[in-house]
Amino acid sequence: MSAILQSDQNAVSAVRGLARPLSVAIAGNPNAGKTSLFNSLTGLRQKVANYPGVTVESKTGLWVLDPHLPAARIIDLPGLYSLDATSLDEQIARDVMLGRAPAVADPDVIVVVVDATNLVRNLYLVTQLLETGRRLVVALTMIDLAERAKLEIDTARLSEALGVAVVPVVAKQRRGIDQLGQALLQAVEKSAPGPSWHFSPEVEAQLALLSEDEPARRYSVMRELFSDAQPKNIDQRTALEQSRQQLEQADPNWRQQPLIARYEWIERVVNQSLHFGGDGRLSSTERIDAVMTHKIAGPLILLLVMLLVFQSIFSWANLPMNLIDHVFSALGDGVRGQLPAGILTDLLVDGVIAGVGGVLVFLPQILLLFFFISILEDSGYMARAAFLMDRLMRIVGLNGKAFMPLLSSFACAVPGIMATRTIESPKDRIATIMIAPFMSCSARLPVYTLMIAACFSDRKILGVISAGVVIILAMYLLGVLVAILVAWILKATLLNAPAPPFVMELPPYRVPQFANVAHAMFERAGLFVKRAGTVILAISILLWALVAFPRRPASTPSEQVQRSFAGQAGRAIEPVITPLGFDWKIGVGLISSFAARETIVSTLSIVYNIGDDAKGQSGSLVDALRKAKRADGSPAWTPLVALSLMVFFVLACQCMSTLAVVRRETNSWRWPLFMIGYMLVLAYVGSLITYQGGRLLGFS
Amino acid sequence: MGRLTAITKRIGRAVRASMSLATLPHGAAARVVGVDGSGAATLRLIEMGIVPGAAIRVVKAAPLGDPIQVCLRNHHLALRRTDAERISVVIDG
Repeated sequence: MSAILQSDQNAVSAVRGLARPLSVAIAGNPNAGKTSLFNSLTGLRQKVANYPGVTVESKTGLWVLDPHLPAARIIDLPGLYSLDATSLDEQIARDVMLGRAPAVADPDVIVVVVDATNLVRNLYLVTQLLETGRRLVVALTMIDLAERAKLEIDTARLSEALGVAVVPVVAKQRRGIDQLGQALLQAVEKSAPGPSWHFSPEVEAQLALLSEDEPARRYSVMRELFSDAQPKNIDQRTALEQSRQQLEQADPNWRQQPLIARYEWIERVVNQSLHFGGDGRLSSTERIDAVMTHKIAGPLILLLVMLLVFQSIFSWANLPMNLIDHVFSALGDGVRGQLPAGILTDLLVDGVIAGVGGVLVFLPQILLLFFFISILEDSGYMARAAFLMDRLMRIVGLNGKAFMPLLSSFACAVPGIMATRTIESPKDRIATIMIAPFMSCSARLPVYTLMIAACFSDRKILGVISAGVVIILAMYLLGVLVAILVAWILKATLLNAPAPPFVMELPPYRVPQFANVAHAMFERAGLFVKRAGTVILAISILLWALVAFPRRPASTPSEQVQRSFAGQAGRAIEPVITPLGFDWKIGVGLISSFAARETIVSTLSIVYNIGDDAKGQSGSLVDALRKAKRADGSPAWTPLVALSLMVFFVLACQCMSTLAVVRRETNSWRWPLFMIGYMLVLAYVGSLITYQGGRLLGFS
Repeated sequence: MGRLTAITKRIGRAVRASMSLATLPHGAAARVVGVDGSGAATLRLIEMGIVPGAAIRVVKAAPLGDPIQVCLRNHHLALRRTDAERISVVIDG
């Protein structure tokens, strides 16, 4: 006890009264340096979860303010510009700060991160928070950049004008962190400061009228008045309506008044406490932009960046992916050699080990993609890419920020869907997620390759161009066209919403910090393994069981598959898929390819009885497909059947990993079920049109 | 520079009329006069600092002509033309 009293008399005397650890929220504008401050306060003592019932992530951590006190519980809120929220992220941040979020502790103090190079706009949120009567501490970030731009900030004067502590911090070097902690402990014992600005006489008159019983309610009354709130109490509602009408008569733009009043006050405060040593310009940013968003160079650079990202997830990730694949099949073989043959061994090897491998095989792509995305975000380039692409994306009702996730989906929809987090509008984000699987991913390539090898190998178009190249290109285009169409329909119907104003910050260019990039990469990878991974594992065990049961101990693998539940299901769906040109063997392939698209290749190998091991046997599989006959003696695989199957693979969502990650990103089963349903319908119709249309035109 | 002054003169020698941000010549230093409207979209523009008196300049348009990049108090924002049309500005000087 005496030790505690010695450490800091003032601060501890206030905090001692609290039986629980302090609860602290970190808020601030996007790009103000909130995340790096949070990372340096908490180190690795943080965890990511979702707010109850919504997709927004909450990051919490522990911050040791003082060795003698319990560590403060600190929550990193999504970035926001204003308490008048326009996006779900902003709503959550606001609700937490005002103590209105269910199952989240009401914060004792809010640390507001303020970008020193952009004081005026960053202080807007501070003025709104002052009105709510919360206890605040301002953490002034980017002071190194401010110094470079020759901005001198008189923090004492700023602090005096705001009525709250203003602490300059450099998160990377941990400068100012202790002072921030002390300021926080002092803020707890003080009463919350009040705002010292006034609105127009008309607004003030109405506020006085509405809050005459309790002047303390002034600001909650104001929020009610300027929102569209309709209180249940008739008297209150009429009073509010009357006030609104009077204000409307005096000034049709009356709702702008409090915003402008806050800014006027901020401009005065900043004029007193900020001195320009130069012109205050972050001149390098505009010079870099001269190239990055140049009419010709801009799109070219974007193309190069796209190629680099694409190349990395499409091809560089292959090496570690193959390695993971080999390690897990070797592990499977090893385990099989050690254990007695039987159902449990099969479950362990074909279900569990193969399933875990199937989860981990995504990690190289996810790590690489988020490596690039964090660098592009932190450097400020991502906003420029969105700036360049916005006009194009708007054609389908999306904005520029949907571009990068969709591009990534050409390699794999899983990391692509995870990358949609940068899109603020929840409906735009869902629309982007819903069309991401139409981008032809790398898992479809083995299917296209097999079909072309079996049915189009020696064909040429115009004598020189190989038919295969044209067909693959056509499949990519088909996916893109259908995606555009679906996005357009979704945005016009289910996900119809007034376009949120596209006011996007183009933040100054910065050198990305390695620690933040690494942090983001491993955070995403960990979340994928933990959340989507468990679902993928469960489904792969289920699919294994469908192929492994009922058991036929004495049969060949081919007979086993044919008589398994999957084989029976293949026969059962045969009448449905016959109009698409598919027989029951393809049906089994379709069912098993739900695990992952490329699985159809190994399933077909087993069904056509190509040796024991399906791997590396595609050469003989091609022969088997060419020779395969239907019951009536006609060839089972014709170019038209192959085309129909490829169209099916472009349009169907045969990928449990995608569904698992959609489930995780939308936090419900509703969207993944909708996705698999509508894509299946599209795939069926697309294949039907291809096959039946082709036959009508006389192809076979 | 010569082009710029010519444009400024053409805009109105007698009255320094306010114009929409969407028609402001690139590079011209201007001040915000106001934003029209009371809807959420308008208020978001104001929250982002587009308030009367703020220094504003159109830096450039995106290669496809839209959105535009503006410099507001030495910070850069991307705005769509439909939003820029509702912002009235007056050229400095």
